[in-house]
Amino acid sequence: MSEFLQQLLNGLSLGAIYALIALGYTMVYGVLRFINFAHSDVFMVGAFIGYYMGKLVPENTVWGGLVVLIVAMLGCAVLGMLIEKLAYRPLRGAATLNVLITAIGVSLLLEYSGQVFFGATPRTFPAVFPSVNFSFGDLVISSNQVVVIVVATILMVALEFIVHRTKIGTAMRAVSLNPKAAQLVGINNDVVISFTFGLGSALAAAGGILYALNYPSIDPLMGVMPGLKAFVAAVLGGIGNIPGAALGGLLLGTVETFVNGSQWSTYKDAIAFAILIIILLFRPAGLLGKSSAEKV
Amino acid sequence: MPRPHLYLLLALLAAFGVSYFSDRIDPYHLDVIIGIGINIILAVSLNLVNGYTGQFSLGHAGFMSVGAYAAAAVSLFLGPRLLGAEGGSTLQQSLMFLAALTAGGLGAALAGLGVGIPSLRLKGDYLALVTLGFGEIIRVIFQNVEFLGGALGLNGIPAYTSIFWVLAFVALAVFTVTCLVHSTYGRGFLATHDDEVAAEAVGLNTTRYKIVAFVIGAFFAGAAGGLYGHFKMTITPTGFDFTKSIEIVVMVILGGMGNTLGVILAAILLTLLPELLRPIAEYRMIIYSLLLIILMIARPQGLFNFKFGQVKL
Repeated sequence: MSEFLQQLLNGLSLGAIYALIALGYTMVYGVLRFINFAHSDVFMVGAFIGYYMGKLVPENTVWGGLVVLIVAMLGCAVLGMLIEKLAYRPLRGAATLNVLITAIGVSLLLEYSGQVFFGATPRTFPAVFPSVNFSFGDLVISSNQVVVIVVATILMVALEFIVHRTKIGTAMRAVSLNPKAAQLVGINNDVVISFTFGLGSALAAAGGILYALNYPSIDPLMGVMPGLKAFVAAVLGGIGNIPGAALGGLLLGTVETFVNGSQWSTYKDAIAFAILIIILLFRPAGLLGKSSAEKV
Repeated sequence: MPRPHLYLLLALLAAFGVSYFSDRIDPYHLDVIIGIGINIILAVSLNLVNGYTGQFSLGHAGFMSVGAYAAAAVSLFLGPRLLGAEGGSTLQQSLMFLAALTAGGLGAALAGLGVGIPSLRLKGDYLALVTLGFGEIIRVIFQNVEFLGGALGLNGIPAYTSIFWVLAFVALAVFTVTCLVHSTYGRGFLATHDDEVAAEAVGLNTTRYKIVAFVIGAFFAGAAGGLYGHFKMTITPTGFDFTKSIEIVVMVILGGMGNTLGVILAAILLTLLPELLRPIAEYRMIIYSLLLIILMIARPQGLFNFKFGQVKL
């Protein structure tokens, strides 16, 4: 029983990270209808900003950790908006495939630039937050897991607030519903899309820092697998659906952790894709998505 | 297309001719040419699926790996029994290799059928994702099968791949795809691409067309995988990951979807580019990815999208 709870806890903290990344995918898909492959590399850049910032602040302090987190989020927000402006905006209105390939190009560019500038060898992420283990009977909770769950919850609540209670959030939902009509009522789509990228990238950066705290070996290709899985999480919950992405992330992280703890652990990378395929075949709109019939 | 069979025969003869002089070609150049040939087979076969039929697949490397493993298994496990300890005569080896490549192609085609039937009901991004997912699952399965070397892969595959085999299969792939899309039956692929609903309304079974395209594409991907395995002499599951699929997709898109000649040129260019940029090794992949972004913005219709040799989409 305690092992079950322990695995559940580990799964939820991994799932919270997937959820943070998945939110960025789902928001971008909502406004632009394409898979932003570069998102997983923004996640990696976030972890690296954290790595360099972590050297400037004292280790094992809460405020130091928060400074690292906030700087990485701001840095990645700027990076995300730059990527959108330079690579995706010139392709507004182009075929989806071309945008998809451009996104793959941006992803490769970030990965290879990372290998040149950061070096291809894995680095050890500094312990920026204080690290203590709390034990409740057999159950061990590390402070990093607490940080992950607290930060992820705060960010998701903040996102929910931005999307539903602010003017820019309303504009985001309008653009995602119908870009042309949004323009007609006076919304500047470019500003909204730029903001969406900034927001999504900031969440990816937070995900990167939290991931690096729990798996403290970072390298320029670290984003690829978590990125793909987070995308699966977004599809699982219903792409374009924000609560769905959070739910999908938590579910996927939990399932993966349980598989990892079982005798089939070597298949853990396949499980995400197996779930993806099953979901797409039987419920293509995702768990929380609404399916829409194709009109002729 | 007048007399396509004649062209195929000529191409095969040319392949034989080139292989006759292959000792005089610099080994490095020969390696590059073989690499180009394998990429052409992959790109041309993916073009049938992505370009002509309009079904965006990201799992081509998965089929390539099935073919590579099946072909390698045939020549590693069956080869010594059939050819004896000495390795047999050249003719016996050639027949053996042809059998291995056919097995690779058929194995991949079977995998293509298995993947295609459930997933081709999906469209666009979703199909891309499911094929990507299948590609990754195939990789993880190979990593876990002890019999096929697990994560270490298969080693000591006989080096059967020669310039003749590569050129012959390039010719065969180009011939099959070109003849197919120009035939009366093959117009259905283009119809499926253009407007699925309209195609169904005039009585075409679009699902069957998609599956046929998928299976033929997978067959050649498998054959290319077999050639690759017997060229590198060692295969690992990670060599056929998502990045390899992307590489092939990029060739198809830069060449101009549904434009076999353009795709061939793009495959040549994209194989040569990293080689040419080798002196600035550190930065070459950065330049490669930057070029990709710039080309997509500047020429979204593909690099070689000229009228010649193109079926109008």
